[in-house]
Amino acid sequence: MISKLDEALQFHQTALTVRGYRQQLLASNIANADTPNFKARDIDFSSALQGALSSRPTNTGLAVTSPRHIGSSGENTAGAQVLYRAPVQPSIDGNTVNMDVERTQFMENAIHYEANVALLNGQIRFMMLAIQQG
Amino acid sequence: MSLFNVFDIAGSAMAAQSQRLNVVASNLSNADSATSSNGQPYRARQVVFSTTQINPQGASGVRVAGVIDDPTPMKIVYEPQHPLANAQGYVTMPNVNVVGEMVNMISASRSYQNNVDMMNTAKSMLLKVLTIGQ
Repeated sequence: MISKLDEALQFHQTALTVRGYRQQLLASNIANADTPNFKARDIDFSSALQGALSSRPTNTGLAVTSPRHIGSSGENTAGAQVLYRAPVQPSIDGNTVNMDVERTQFMENAIHYEANVALLNGQIRFMMLAIQQG
Repeated sequence: MSLFNVFDIAGSAMAAQSQRLNVVASNLSNADSATSSNGQPYRARQVVFSTTQINPQGASGVRVAGVIDDPTPMKIVYEPQHPLANAQGYVTMPNVNVVGEMVNMISASRSYQNNVDMMNTAKSMLLKVLTIGQ
């Protein structure tokens, strides 16, 4: 029974994790809007979610065996591959952050996150109803 | 939880932008300082931003890599009555570009506001998370 409950909430949990991770990446882009040579990064949400939902999380990061090693962030815990955003109007200092794009994506991601929380709440309410009526 | 990283990222960017604002204030207020404690006219300073890793999963904040002396040549003004004028009547004045500094100030304050907005969005997302299952 408990595993059924867990399965029912698994999808939303994973989706929220990936959304939270994407929010962090977009925050990095906005924070580094004035950093020379910074390249804006993002994940493809649908493929990241697919990767995170598949039972076998792929991890191709470099092994770090000494504190002086530089780890690779090619793959993250959410199973998402971080990609560089195609520059719209790159600036001469090598920065590819476009504030309009980043702010829009940040807000969009936040709204999706809150929608996800609302859906999760609805599902929990249904389950509570089923438990109490039974 | 990756959403909490948004606070670290935005916080680092706000600290960096406020340091930039400090440097702008120093440049603007010393725009006419023809001499200083070392006898030389004031030299404009500029901050250099650099990306700093916050966690191995790709979150990157901003830090000030250094404050450099502006390499542009000093302004030479013809002012024979000035006590610091040389034999030909010229005074070396600071190389502060006042218009450039005003633009820098607006840019820094807009970036700061962006980061505050980002923090508020992350805060409302986390508050939504606290309502799950209620």
